[in-house]
Amino acid sequence: MIQIDKDSLLTDLQEKFGSAVQNVVEPYGLLTFTTTKEQLLPILTYLNENDNYRFRFLTDVCGVHYPDNKQLAVIYHLHSLESNFRLRLKVFLPESNPHIPTVCKLYKSANWQERETYDFFGIIFDGHPNLKRILNVDDMVAFPMRKEYPLEDPNRIDKNDSYFGR
Amino acid sequence: MAHIQLGDDSLEKETTTLNLGPTHPATHGVFQNVLEMDGEKILSAESTIGYIHRAFEKIAEHRPYYQITPLTDRMNYCSSPINNFGWHLTVEKLLNIETPKRVDYMRIIIMELARISDHLICNGILGVDTGAFTGFLYLMQEREKIYEIYEEICGARLTTNFGRVGGFERDFNDKSIAKLKKFLNEFPAIMKSFESLFDRNRIFIDRTRDVGPISAEDALNYGFTGPCLRAAGVDYDVRAMNPYSSYQEFEFEVPVGTQGDTYDRYLVRNAEIWQSVRLIEQALAKFEKEPKGIYHADVPEFYLPPKENVYNNMEALIYHFKIVMGEVDIPKAEVYHSVEGGNGELGFYLISEGGRSPFRLHFRRPCFIIYQAFSEMVKGQLLSDAIVTMSSLNVIAGELDA
Repeated sequence: MIQIDKDSLLTDLQEKFGSAVQNVVEPYGLLTFTTTKEQLLPILTYLNENDNYRFRFLTDVCGVHYPDNKQLAVIYHLHSLESNFRLRLKVFLPESNPHIPTVCKLYKSANWQERETYDFFGIIFDGHPNLKRILNVDDMVAFPMRKEYPLEDPNRIDKNDSYFGR
Repeated sequence: MAHIQLGDDSLEKETTTLNLGPTHPATHGVFQNVLEMDGEKILSAESTIGYIHRAFEKIAEHRPYYQITPLTDRMNYCSSPINNFGWHLTVEKLLNIETPKRVDYMRIIIMELARISDHLICNGILGVDTGAFTGFLYLMQEREKIYEIYEEICGARLTTNFGRVGGFERDFNDKSIAKLKKFLNEFPAIMKSFESLFDRNRIFIDRTRDVGPISAEDALNYGFTGPCLRAAGVDYDVRAMNPYSSYQEFEFEVPVGTQGDTYDRYLVRNAEIWQSVRLIEQALAKFEKEPKGIYHADVPEFYLPPKENVYNNMEALIYHFKIVMGEVDIPKAEVYHSVEGGNGELGFYLISEGGRSPFRLHFRRPCFIIYQAFSEMVKGQLLSDAIVTMSSLNVIAGELDA
């Protein structure tokens, strides 16, 4: 049984990775910080392998598109089951060059979730063993969860969604 | 039994590619697996998914919060009330709404009924896949009774669209309580007879023991949650670890298995059904002690008012208009909330930028994450074992593809 203290975890990470731990916030009690794509794997490996933390469970990987900043983000939710401590990591990537290393080697559960993120946002996970579309058809060209992709066929003239506030 | 060994130059040493699915009577849903077979033995498997992808995450970005509930119905349609309440609890967490205790107990009753119906389907069909139809018929009758209780409370059976942000749209009526009590009286006997048909059945054990096993380490690494993880021996249950909806007040056990194989998953699900019955009994007792008539939180700016008030009452009309047109203030924040669904941790990651719709909503769907281990679990097994393994993972196509 291990106990994770929020503050000591943060100090430890900041000491070890310095400026790669940015924007620490805690919305609704879930410790969140932003990191860089270069430091992502070292941080995850450290959190996974360090016996004081043992973040062995990757709850969730998902993407977010911020068109105003021309940025894409990958969000990781980690869970240390032994101490029941959750952690959220964010990595922001420029729209023009959305490359990020894969975490498949650490967590097998990332495999399909990264494929899903690639499928919907076009984020390329370098080193992924099988990076291809998963839910959409293979010959699709767009990345449909990006904000510029319309919900419905824009050529339709029989519907006017503005009446419904969308 | 030893597999026949053939020399490298033997003409018989050829493998067969077999398309299992997308529509195959033995896979309950639209799943395709391309299997590379050596005789009846599976050498490798590749799953293709996405056949019923409906872009819920994209649609959710264009819908007001209360219209997202019916989308969640259609994910795990064997236990849709859990999805509904999971979504409502997420929005309530975002808005800092505290629900009355009575609402929490009502939710627990419905969620545990949903869990029972989910597990009944899974274990009943596992019986069918191993050649025993009787148990399935017993359980389907009981599921029908659960659906009748839903119907009495919300009017729907399968895709329930249960409740609203803040509570329920109406109170439990006397008929629903009577049906619930009747179910609690009659169900244990049926469940016992189902268990006595299967638990120590030689044929069933031979078909399920050591079939599709997964170790605890692998299960964790693959992101397993729910009965499949607990069957491997890890006692992770969201209800116990991160209690929501007043689960912390209840007494229940988290059953675990040891082998992580199909038989253990079957046993864990049965044990969970008994725990759910226990939870419903406790919740019903607590529910009846609470003052009558409270079935939603007092949050007029988020809870849709009853229709008759909208027509006759100025304030209700204003709130109705504001909610429907998205003029209520939603905080700019991000929130992750998870509930214990039928198959494991069902998570909702919601980013709100204000406004009537979420900026981003991501569903953590347990089936999607569990199913990626399937191809490794069936490697080296027989084709008939692959069917049983898939059945015991309880992969629901709607949740897999979202």
